Amino acid sequence: MSSPATTASKATSARTGSSGHAPRLRTPRRNARNARTADSRRPRRSVLLTVLTGLVLVYSLVPLIWLVISSTKTQEGLASSSGLWFADHFALWDNVRETFTYNDGVFVRWLLNTLLYVGLGAGGATFLAVLGGYALAKFTFPGKRAVFAVVIGAVAVPTTALAVPTFLMFSKMGLTNTPWAVIIPSLISPFGLYLMWVFATEAIPTELLEAARIDGAGELRTFFRVSLPLLAPGIVTVLLFTMVATWNNYFLPLIMLKDPDWYPLTLGLNSWNAQAQTAGGQPVFNLVITGSLITIIPLIAAFLLLQRYWQSGLAAGSVKE
Amino acid sequence: MPKKTRRLLGGIGLVCALALGATACGGSDDDGSSGKKVSAGDIQAALKKGGSITVWAWEPTLKQVVKDFEKEHPKVHVNLVNAGTNKDQYTALQNAIAAKKGVPDVAQIEYYALGQFSLTKSVTDLSGFGADKLSKTYSPGPWNSVKSGDKIYALPMDSGPMAMFYNKKVFDKYKVAVPTTWDEYVDAARKLHKADPKVYITSDTGDAGMTTSLLWQAGSRPYQVDGTNVKINFSDKGAATYTKTWQKLIDEKLLSPVTGWTDDWYKGLGNGDIATLNTGAWMPANFVSGVKNASGDWRVAPLPQWTKGDKATAENGGSSLALPSAGKNKELAYAFVEYANAGKGVQTRLKGGAFPATTADLQSDAFQNTEFPYFGGQKANKIFAESAANVGSGWSYLPYQVYANSIFNDSVGKAYVSNTPLAKGLKGWQDASVKYGKEQGFTVSE
Amino acid sequence: MTTLQQPAAVDRTARASLKRDRRSWTGWGFVGPFVAVFALVFLAPIAYSIYLSLFQDRLIGGNTFVGLDNYQQALQDDQFWSGVTRVGLFLAVQVPIMLGIALLVALALDSGRLYGKNFFRISIFLPYAVPAVVATLMWAFMYGTRFGLVGDINDAFGVSLPDPLSPDLVLASIGNIVTWEFVGYNMLIFYAALRVIPHSLYEAAEIDGAGQLRVITAIKLPAIRGALVIATIFSIIGSFQLFNEPSILKPLAPNAITTDYTPNYYTYTLSFNGQQHNYSATVAIVMGLITMVVAYVVQLRGMRKGA
Repeated sequence: MSSPATTASKATSARTGSSGHAPRLRTPRRNARNARTADSRRPRRSVLLTVLTGLVLVYSLVPLIWLVISSTKTQEGLASSSGLWFADHFALWDNVRETFTYNDGVFVRWLLNTLLYVGLGAGGATFLAVLGGYALAKFTFPGKRAVFAVVIGAVAVPTTALAVPTFLMFSKMGLTNTPWAVIIPSLISPFGLYLMWVFATEAIPTELLEAARIDGAGELRTFFRVSLPLLAPGIVTVLLFTMVATWNNYFLPLIMLKDPDWYPLTLGLNSWNAQAQTAGGQPVFNLVITGSLITIIPLIAAFLLLQRYWQSGLAAGSVKE
Repeated sequence: MPKKTRRLLGGIGLVCALALGATACGGSDDDGSSGKKVSAGDIQAALKKGGSITVWAWEPTLKQVVKDFEKEHPKVHVNLVNAGTNKDQYTALQNAIAAKKGVPDVAQIEYYALGQFSLTKSVTDLSGFGADKLSKTYSPGPWNSVKSGDKIYALPMDSGPMAMFYNKKVFDKYKVAVPTTWDEYVDAARKLHKADPKVYITSDTGDAGMTTSLLWQAGSRPYQVDGTNVKINFSDKGAATYTKTWQKLIDEKLLSPVTGWTDDWYKGLGNGDIATLNTGAWMPANFVSGVKNASGDWRVAPLPQWTKGDKATAENGGSSLALPSAGKNKELAYAFVEYANAGKGVQTRLKGGAFPATTADLQSDAFQNTEFPYFGGQKANKIFAESAANVGSGWSYLPYQVYANSIFNDSVGKAYVSNTPLAKGLKGWQDASVKYGKEQGFTVSE
Repeated sequence: MTTLQQPAAVDRTARASLKRDRRSWTGWGFVGPFVAVFALVFLAPIAYSIYLSLFQDRLIGGNTFVGLDNYQQALQDDQFWSGVTRVGLFLAVQVPIMLGIALLVALALDSGRLYGKNFFRISIFLPYAVPAVVATLMWAFMYGTRFGLVGDINDAFGVSLPDPLSPDLVLASIGNIVTWEFVGYNMLIFYAALRVIPHSLYEAAEIDGAGQLRVITAIKLPAIRGALVIATIFSIIGSFQLFNEPSILKPLAPNAITTDYTPNYYTYTLSFNGQQHNYSATVAIVMGLITMVVAYVVQLRGMRKGA
């Protein structure tokens, strides 16, 4: 166990070693931003560059278009029509209705479960990452450098093999087949911790903390009153990433949950997909496809909404020093 | 700082030890329930007293059975859980048994997988519950699959005597005769594929269940199991018969490269690209729900024979209901299993499209004379029932068949996508199965 | 997100302020909750796995202590090493392509020369929001040579494209899915890092009369090196843990994707199909060590380059 820690902590110090060459961010950012807004009007827009980037855009969107088109088809329509064009019968609304009512409306239950897992899991993960990142950025404490090193080291171990040990542990604690078995592991976001660490370092002027302490404010009060508002844009970003991670969580729930009543959407959809493979089972690929579409819509919506918030957050975050 | 790191890690180690101690040091004490004597009176008393049991099963017809059972015994609550389909559910069951927590009272287990659970005494011997009196109730194939010596580890739920499903429309269109032997089958494959390059006699990308079933029909007995002594050998005469014919189909590219149970496969069954399907008698329900658009096109015929005039068949698929040893309410659990698999539940399940394992139903006029609108009004059960009566005897699966099947495509699959001969692929599978058996402490010979 | 840059700068800023801060244990109050949960869901299972790796549990004969035998077996296990080689190849090809595309798109967005910049940024990021399960199912449908997109192209143009799920091509097909899923994610990380480069640097370059290319190589790339390195390290970990995509494609390409296709798939097979939890744990630990060594080397080199 000590070896990953040492290896990784060496890695950290290696990064520290090169700090002298790192570009610094000492320029007042507000000016930079204004300058850049002016600047961004200056370069001529390039058709060639737009077309080239457009290729990546097409690559990104074609599968999603396929998903949208396929969700308008019945199970028979899927079998008898080409993938990138509509079938004769436009069945999107039938599919949506059937998705929500099939098997006594279990899809709605999965949707609510997912919301629960995302709410508690991603919310909690963001909270822990914010606290942790803040501590790493603004405090010194024994073992500080080891923390991130151990985190990176542990993340390198394949999760599939840890699944059974985790299952046995959780089972001893009576957590399997409960929402906690999904939520607790979702609470850790190593990348979120890294992001918050970097962000807090930049966004919170140390002088501000010093001032608050001189005023006699407690650490918690300082954190909530002074630091948290400054961290808002970073928090939104971490929340976005942890939401996606929790929403898409598949492998761990697969092992931890046996009762379909606790399934998140990903597991539920997969069980519908697997249903075609059993004696007496009914293939419902049309519902799997429509369900997939419904599954990603809330995430895309959340992203677009947060994106707007994030835009203003970017500007807010740049007002510092 | 390194010192502090160590202290931190030491602390964590302590936490782990506390959290894990019980698991890590847990011994095995899963016995104590086998051979238990439970009278019919005990079971009746348990039903009267009531209680709750958990059933893990993916068989769709059980839903109605549970409803009926609860109606008949108002004090009993059955919690039917779909804990995953076949392999996923076995994994879940193994995990629950290992954790000694969350083990269901009843679990659906396919015949090929039962050995793995009975060997480790993870399922209860039901002979003391009255199951020993049911030997005449079930057809020999399924009954032999749940029995080991004088112990009975489950009650058969359904069975899969094999038959050949064929798309009559395709055969008529190209004026090809429906094959009755495997040689004719190869001929038909050539003719159909020549007439229309999109049409294949069947789809096969290497399926452990189907290969073992066809070996079974060809008279091969690759597995011999006697307790912890296991013999694995794929070089008997039956296996050679099978590989010779199947190698032709592979070499001449007469097998559709579409994998079974995928979306494409359903499409192929529907549009005539896949002309036949050799599988268990449980298939009609899947045709009805999954290949609606080809209703009326398909028919059922006896499985092609390795020797003209023979009637040999084999089983493919089929599952049983077992009582995990770590489950609690054994009396109630057995009452439910008996109701579902030997009692009134059987009729309910037949109505839902399941195929019986019970002799009385297989032989009843009502069953045999059922007309299948999907198969153009054909009385298909006659063919299935005859197949059930002609299943080759003496077949057994490995006590770790679930694992063996899961690695089938690693070795045998090569024969489908490269120049590796099928026989060599089977030898590779044999080697891997032998290796695993030895690692697990079996005495394995070849 | 505005300041995804050198962690190096982080340490220095932090350290400077810390000298004045004598309340050294307060930090634990903040990082403690993370570490506690982390210990529960990562460290405890790893510790348990290390414990497990010293035993062998057989169907017949039960559990015995075997010392380092499992490790010896893993080091000589061809199935394991073929998987390592495969993910190594995947890493060497897919990660540069994915990060390269992400970087180019980020630079294009940052250049201000694109029409409809916001639309591009959001759309290219969208695939990241698609669950791996759904993404793989979608691509699997499209890969179909009979009814999928590949089949449609074959029919429409009378060509016969090779099957993307054949043994020769399946690794590339998996690489394509992974690239599709993560290009936008990495693009966003790079883009955010580019946005916070102080403008004074550009002005200096302009005075020197540097061209676009020179600005990119001399200013932009060095400035986002921290983001590049962290993205590379997370991509390496992701590649070495490749599992979801092959396992979901397995039913469609049973012969091209073996049960030991990637080390992570192999540990899954050992543990979930074979009940060989002990050996599975051993393989996982060895793989974790390999991943850490590679990530460490990349980090060292990434930091040295251009420094």
